[in-house]
Order: sequence, then structure tokens, then C-alpha cells
Amino acid sequence: MYPPELLYTKDHEWIRVDETTGIIGITDHAQKELGDIVFVELPKAGEHVTAKESFGTVESVKAVSEIYSPVTGEVTAANPKLQNNPELINTDPHGDAWLIKVHLADRRETESLMTSDEYEAYLQEEKAH
Amino acid sequence: MRYLPNSPAERAAMLQATGRKSIEEFFAQIPAALKHQGNLNLPGPLSEPEILEYFHQAAAQSSRDYVSFLGAGAYSHYRPVAIDALLSRGEFFTAYTPYQAEIAQGTLQAMFEFQTLITQLTGMDVSNASLYDGSTATTEACLMAMRITHRDRVLLAHTLHPEYRQVLQTYIQHQGVELNQIPYDKSGQLDLAQLEASLKTPAAAVVIQSPNFFGIIERAKEIAGIVHKSGALLIVTIPEPLSLGIVRPPSDADIVCGEAQSFGVPVAFGGPYVGFLAAKEQFIRQMPGRLIGQTQDTEGRRGFVLTLATREQHIRREKATSNICTNQSLCALAVTIYLSLLGKRGLKALAEQNLAKASYAAGELAAVPGTQLPFAASRFNEFVVEAPVDAEVLLAALREEKIIGGLNLKHFYPELKNHLLICVTETVGKATIDRMAEVYAQLAAHSQGQARDGEPVGAIHGTTSKPR
Amino acid sequence: MENRIRTARPHVNRNEDLIFEQTSPGKSGVELPPLDVPVASPEELLGSESYRADIEGFPEVSETEVIRHFTRLSTWNYGVDTGLYPLGSCTMKYNPRINEVVARLEGLATDHPYSPATLAQGCLRVLAETARCLAEITGMDAVSLQPSAGAQGELTGILIIRACLAERGNPRKVILTPDSAHGTNPASVTISGYEVKNLKSNSRGCVDMDELDRAMTEDVAGLMLTNPNTLGVFEEQIQEIARRVHAKGGLVYMDGANMNALVGVARPADFGVDVMHLNLHKTFTTPHGGGGPGSGPVAVKQFLEPYLPTPTVGQSEDGNYYLDFNRPKSIGRVRAFYGNFGMAVRALAYIQANGAAGLRQSTLDAVLNANYVRSRLQDVYDLPYDAPSMHECVFSDRRQVARGVRTGDVAKRLIDYGFHPYTTSFPLIVSGALMIEPTESAGKAELDAFIDAMRSIALEVEEDPQFVLRAPYTTRVTRLDETAAARKPVLRWKPQQ
Repeated sequence: MYPPELLYTKDHEWIRVDETTGIIGITDHAQKELGDIVFVELPKAGEHVTAKESFGTVESVKAVSEIYSPVTGEVTAANPKLQNNPELINTDPHGDAWLIKVHLADRRETESLMTSDEYEAYLQEEKAH
Repeated sequence: MRYLPNSPAERAAMLQATGRKSIEEFFAQIPAALKHQGNLNLPGPLSEPEILEYFHQAAAQSSRDYVSFLGAGAYSHYRPVAIDALLSRGEFFTAYTPYQAEIAQGTLQAMFEFQTLITQLTGMDVSNASLYDGSTATTEACLMAMRITHRDRVLLAHTLHPEYRQVLQTYIQHQGVELNQIPYDKSGQLDLAQLEASLKTPAAAVVIQSPNFFGIIERAKEIAGIVHKSGALLIVTIPEPLSLGIVRPPSDADIVCGEAQSFGVPVAFGGPYVGFLAAKEQFIRQMPGRLIGQTQDTEGRRGFVLTLATREQHIRREKATSNICTNQSLCALAVTIYLSLLGKRGLKALAEQNLAKASYAAGELAAVPGTQLPFAASRFNEFVVEAPVDAEVLLAALREEKIIGGLNLKHFYPELKNHLLICVTETVGKATIDRMAEVYAQLAAHSQGQARDGEPVGAIHGTTSKPR
Repeated sequence: MENRIRTARPHVNRNEDLIFEQTSPGKSGVELPPLDVPVASPEELLGSESYRADIEGFPEVSETEVIRHFTRLSTWNYGVDTGLYPLGSCTMKYNPRINEVVARLEGLATDHPYSPATLAQGCLRVLAETARCLAEITGMDAVSLQPSAGAQGELTGILIIRACLAERGNPRKVILTPDSAHGTNPASVTISGYEVKNLKSNSRGCVDMDELDRAMTEDVAGLMLTNPNTLGVFEEQIQEIARRVHAKGGLVYMDGANMNALVGVARPADFGVDVMHLNLHKTFTTPHGGGGPGSGPVAVKQFLEPYLPTPTVGQSEDGNYYLDFNRPKSIGRVRAFYGNFGMAVRALAYIQANGAAGLRQSTLDAVLNANYVRSRLQDVYDLPYDAPSMHECVFSDRRQVARGVRTGDVAKRLIDYGFHPYTTSFPLIVSGALMIEPTESAGKAELDAFIDAMRSIALEVEEDPQFVLRAPYTTRVTRLDETAAARKPVLRWKPQQ
């Protein structure tokens, strides 16, 4: 259900990592909770993000959600498609609707993140409450 | 009590349905010590005739028999009767905020029309559905500019309405914002050299008023050039937007805000009024206040909804663009009806009448020996005179004629002793203007005479003729 | 179903063009009296660079068309005049007509705020008397009518707290607000330069005393709370809450939005409240007007009086009223002039019409009505909090969610039965809230019709949830696409190219 090659946070972000870079987005669960996405506010290339701190917002008609970075690093790109087509987040949250690309400051930060199995278990637990 | 729709029998039936024995049981949560004993010392209960009696008496102790030359941010214009006829419809004035769009299309469409009219008047791309008044609209514009530029310094023209400056000061006093003032030059306009000098340090915005507090039209285009070069935004605030009927709008500004009270909202001793705020397209998401957008229903019919609500307090809470919850919907509706009634031709004609009346008055007063018009630049319907005698003496003499002769500027501008701010709208007749000029002349002559004879200046001669 | 329940319905009318689409050149709805002074050439006086030749796109219509246009628009609105308007915490009660008459009297509607005081005694007396009545009702000592709305009242109140504590030596850093608070509360706090800290409510939806103890430090300037709270529940512990805040040197702010449960019964000053605001457009019947204007006067205890906005209205020994600008400790102005005077007139007329006895009876009726609704709906809608309701009751959509229907959907279906919806999804501490405040302006027959409608919808949810999900069916427009409106905002009309 949730792509196994991605890592996940408790705030419903995902990150795809290789040695030096990370690509960050929000999960299918997050986009379902928000509803139709109308706007995304993202940092520009060259700006910095810090692990566990907010770097932008995703807006639906009735709600705004902060997006928290799973890692620390420098933003190398923000997804240009989301400017005019924020609805991509609803249709392809784990792929085409990535939010930002980051040059990782410290790859070891990703060790504390959840695997897809752990994330799915986490979602089940949340649902029970 | 005549407003309450339940009879004793109905109350009893409802009480019984809840399973309680007495209404007091619903207040059991309130500790006994906190329940108020005894009667509140309040007027009433009064019948309608008694209420009318009270307010008729209050209304009698007013200036309703006087002709007023006061402006300074609140303007007496004629209000067509169709406005109140429409505002009095219960569907308009007893409705709530249009959160349930399907049963509020009346309010929503009217507000969409309001937004459109404001953009047409101001030359901006988008407008919100109104704010409390001109002073808070100007404040919100400054806060908006600071959010956009990430700078915390704002430059204010000294000729920005003094009370608007005070409101801004109150709002930003704990936000680490620096406010600096730019003086006016001898023509009564913003001093451009001082502006340039002040912008050597970056600012978020420069705020000018046009026509300014002295009634003078500012050089918005030139100012915009200087302001934009420094990376700041230009905010133009317009407390008398009737001027936009014949004065070119400041389309080089980034935000145009102000007070729409002139358009069909009563002067009412200061409120309720209706602020407006309009801006360039790219600043849409930083705008405070309600926004109404066009959309479609499931059948493809056009409809209107509150939109971009995620900027607002009920969603963003502490991170909202503003704490504002209301717009001034009913007042904005009055504005929409007024502007629809006047239309293109009517607004232009009315603005031309205001210009002519003020121009005539300024000419008549300037002709009185000892009376000066200190500022030479173009004006709309307000101007400043330096009085030929003590301003308070002059005002007192005019009051004998049932004329309120203007605002003594010394309270706001101590450097302008003996100067009056005079506003002349279409509601003032030529006879009153002529009578005012006569009083000026009489006092001026008398003081000249006394100065010759060595007596103190200041005696007042009243007359009995009434102004028209 | 159509005949079973008597309803009030707004007209479903033909499509109405925008006023700009009805324009035809050469028309105007106003004719001016002839000019009695010499014509002045705008081009000459203003200069050609400043002269505006045309206002592009501006309407050109006759008076007849304006009357028809706006009359038709009005028929698509639902107002308090139409019927029950059970929005929670909004207090949609009857707007007495006498208020509208007195507010329009010449001398009250026409006077300029800068008129000399000697010629403004009537207006000043109205302001002073309204302030006095509001002080009497709340038990507080001084009132400012300057704030234009509830949110502005909140801002004013927090600034007053800050000024007072700053004078004592330390303004502090934090204001506490319950997680059930209205959104304007934290937004107002931020403008005042304070940090917001949320207090989790307890299982009864009230302030959790342990949470309060943990949070109330010497860094906290004050607690901002609503009483009754946004669940319609009275904070029983209010005196103790105030005591604990005061003990640590903080002040207590009360959001007076729910005063409709207290007028004539209890006074916030006795709770230990130091500063509060009132909403004249809620408790005091000034009309909601489709979203404003409102009025949010601030009432304070004597020790905070010096910080009130400038000017206040004073009365000298000879009985004359004056504006007092000599207020060195004032927080400043929150708006130009004196506030929404027109709203003070209406509120005063309402107070006079009722007298103390009428106001108290109105409160009793408001509370009885809310409890009647609660008792007759609690078997079909989930009550998340057991605590007794005052003037409003809050349900949750838990049972309906099981069938895929949420509070917003039930609200849309309620429109088909001829009622304005209740407040959906607020307060946030209730999942899927239905907040219902009937006010005292609802008669039993109206309440019964509402209750029957809500019960009928609950049944529909069980039997045919899809039907409910696509409501409303009987309005001029069906559900509007809010997503498209937000993605590609169109905020003004433009002429076709």
C-alpha cells in the first residue's frame, strides 16, 4: 500500500533517500485528511530546512497543514508543477507530487524514520483512538 | 416581554419535556455565591413611544440645525433613499456571515459586486469584502506589506490622518516595528527629497494619503517610482474615495485602502463605517479579511462563495493574516447600492460638484483680507485656510450663524496655529458659503479696525440671518 | 415529506446577472440638484495627469433596476427574520425594529464626530448611558465602546493586560487559551506580542485544573477564556481558576460571546474577571447584517480603567458630557473616532425595551430553549460531553459518520427543511460538532419543527445516506465548488474581451 522504498514520519511526510539527497512529500493518508488541495507554500532553492521544523504549508479549502521536514539540509528544488496543479497531491502523493528536493546535511537523521510497514502499523494505531 | 415568542404554557410544556421541575435547575452549575441577587440598575422596560421620546431628546441636542464644513475622514454626502429601503429588508440585515453559501447568495453576490466596484475605482486587481474602517484598513495594509517584504520598518506621511497613525501605532507597539514620519513640503504635499533620504534604510512600505489630511492630492506616480526603487511597497490610503470620481486612481501603488463611508454610509458620530483594501494580484494570499470568489454549482450555474479562508483566524488561528472575523457587510452593501445608483455618470457629476463647491469656497475666503490659503497644490473637496483672526473666535462667530466652520488644525498640527481644515460637499449651499465668507470679512475688518485703535482683537458680532 | 413539516423558505428565483451585466450606457439612478456655484473645470484644477476621464466598467442603471436587482438578491438570503437560525455562539436573535428607527434619527445618524462637544451632547449622552448599562450588566467598572467588533475587543483587552503588567514591571510572555477557544482568541494574542499556549480541556470540556497549574507560571500574563465555554457549559470552577491566575500575578480575560446565558443572572465581575469584551451584535441585538458591522465594547475593573482606549466619555459636575483625551496610560486608539456609535444606539434601545426584568427573562428563555432541543435530540445525536448545557448545546456526528455522513452534510440537508444550519465543526475539541443555539427568539412551534427536521434527517442517514450527502435540493444553487474557487480565485467581474 505504502511504497516500501520510502521512509515515513509521524506527521505523515515521506522521504526518498539516496546517499546525498532526499526527496520529500506528504503521504496518501495526509492528502485524504486534508481533502482537495488548493495551494502549496514551499521554500525556494537555496533555502534551508531543519529536521522536525516546518518548511511550508499545504492548504485545502477548510484546513491548513504545516509540513515538517524529516531531515536537515539545503533545498535544491521545489516541485514547479504544484504551483498550478496542487491537485496532483491528491492524485499522486507519493510520486509526481513530491514537494521539495534536499541536499542532506546528515544522512544518519533518516535512521529514526519509519519503514512502510511501521508506518502502516502506526496508521492502524492512530485509527483505533 | 414583547420580543419573546413563548407563552407561560409553552414554557411549562418545554420544561416538562426536559424532565426538570424548574428553570433554576439549568443554572445549578453556577455557584450560589455568583448568582446575582437584586435588580440591575437599568432603564426600562420602556414601550416604543417611550424609547422614541428618549432618542428624540438626544437627537435634539445635536448639530442637526447647523451646516457643517467638517470632513477630516468623515464626509457628509446625500444618501439616496433607495439605500435604506433596500438595507431594511430583513433578508439583508438580519442574515449572518455567508458561510452556508447556498442560502446566502444574496449577500455573496452583493459583496462580489462590492469587490469589483472597489477594484474599478482604485485601479487594483483584487479587493476584499471590506474591513472595519479606514484607520484599521490602513493598519492592515501595513501589516500585510511587512509580511510580504519581511521588513519591519514603515514610513508614514505626516499628512496621513493623525488618528489613522495613532491606530497603526497601537497595533504595532509590541511587534518590534519601526515607524518613521515623512514631512510635507510647502505645497502641502509629501516632501520627495525627505522620502528619498529616508528610504536609504530599507522599509516594508511607505504610506501616503490622497487626498491627504490637508485635502491635497499627492504625486502618487512619482512617489511610487521612488518607493519601488528601494524595494518597498507603496500604500495609498483614501478616506475620501469620492475623489476617485475625477482623480486618476493610484494604479502604481501596491495596496490601495481607505474609507468608503462617503458612499452611502451615514456619518453617525463616527461609526459604523466601512474600510476597503485592494491590492495587486500577486498579493492575494496575504490579504486580510473576507474574500468572495466566483464558482459553479453541481449543475454548472454561477454562484459565489467565501474563499481562501485558510488565511483567516478560524482556520489559521494564531498564524492568521489578521484576527479580523467580521467584514462590514451591511455597510458594504450600502456602498454597493450607492455606487450602483450613481453609476459612472453620477459619480463623476457628484465629484465635479464637490470640486466646484470647494473651489468656490476657497476663492471666496482667500479674497478676505488676512485670510491665506497656505498650500498651492491641487485639492478635491477639502482645503486649509489660515484664519484672519484667532481660529477659535472665528469658529465661535460662525456657530452663532449655525455654521460649524471646519476643524481647528492646532490639535493635530501644532505648527499650524490658526489654521482650519474646511470641507465643502454637494450638501452645502452657496448662500452658506457666502455667509461664512461674510463672517470672515466682518471679523477681519473688525480686527483691522481694532488693531488700528489699539483695542484687543476678538469681539464677535452675531447676526440673525439663517444659512441655507 | 413536503407537507409533513411546515417550513419557511426563501424564494428560488431566476438567475440574476451582476449589476455590471445589466449596464447600458447613458443611465444613472441619481439626479443631482443643479450646481449653485460656478462650474470648475476638473482638468484645469487637477491637471491633465491627475484628471480621470472615465471609470471603466462602472455600472449605468436606473433606480428601478437597482431596486429590483437588490430585492431579488435579498430573496436568496435566509435571515433571522425568516426563521430559526441556530448557529452556536452567534446568538442569532430578533433584531428589534425600533432599533433601526432610532439609529436613523437626524441628529444621531448625521452628526460629525468632530462636532464641538457643546453641539454633541445627545450623542455623548447615548455613549455614556450605553457604557453605564453595559458596566451594570457585567458588574465591571468602566467600559470603552471603541472596539469595532469582538475580535477588536479581544485585541484591546489583551493590550490592556499588557499595559498593566508592563507598568508593574514585567509584561510577561504568554497568554493561555483553552483548546476550545474561538479562532479570534489566539489570533488577537499574537498581534499583542504574546505567545499563545493552549490548555487542554478536561473530560467535561472545561478548563483542566491540573493543566492550568502546570501552565500558570510567572511567565504567563493571563488566561483568556469564554464562559459559558464554547460547548455552552458553565465553568463551575471559575472563581478558583481566577484565584490561581491572580495568585501568580496574571490577569483574567473573558470572551463575552456567550453572555446570552448570563445577562441578569450572573455578572462576570463576580467571577474574578478583570477585563472582558461584549458582542453587541450577539447579546444586544444589533443586526448581523450579512457579516457586519458588529461592535465589541471592552469592560474592565477599576484598576484597568486608565488603560482603556482614548478617548473615553466623561461627565463634568454641571452634567455636561465631554470627550476625555487626557489619558496618559491609555493603550492608544484601536480605530479612528469613537467606535460604532450606531450600534450603541441600537443596543441601548434594546436594553431600554427590556429593562432588567426583560433581560433576565430573555436569558431564562434562551437557556430553556437550548435544553429543550438537547433533551429531544439526545437519543438520535451523540452528546460528546455530559455536562449541563446553558444557552447552547453541542452534539457530535459520531453516529452519522458510521454511515459516511458528517455534520456538514446533515447541515446541508437541514436547509431543505427550511432552516439555516447550526454551526458545523466547531468547537474543535469535538469531532464533527453540531453546535446549536436557538436563542430566546425561538417559539416552541419553531423549535418543534426544527427538532422534527433533525430527527427526520437522522432517519434518512440510516435509510439512505447517499440522499443526504447530495443535499441541498431545494435551494437556488446546489453545492458550490469551493475547491475550484480556492485553486483559481476569481474575485471580481471583468468585461468580456
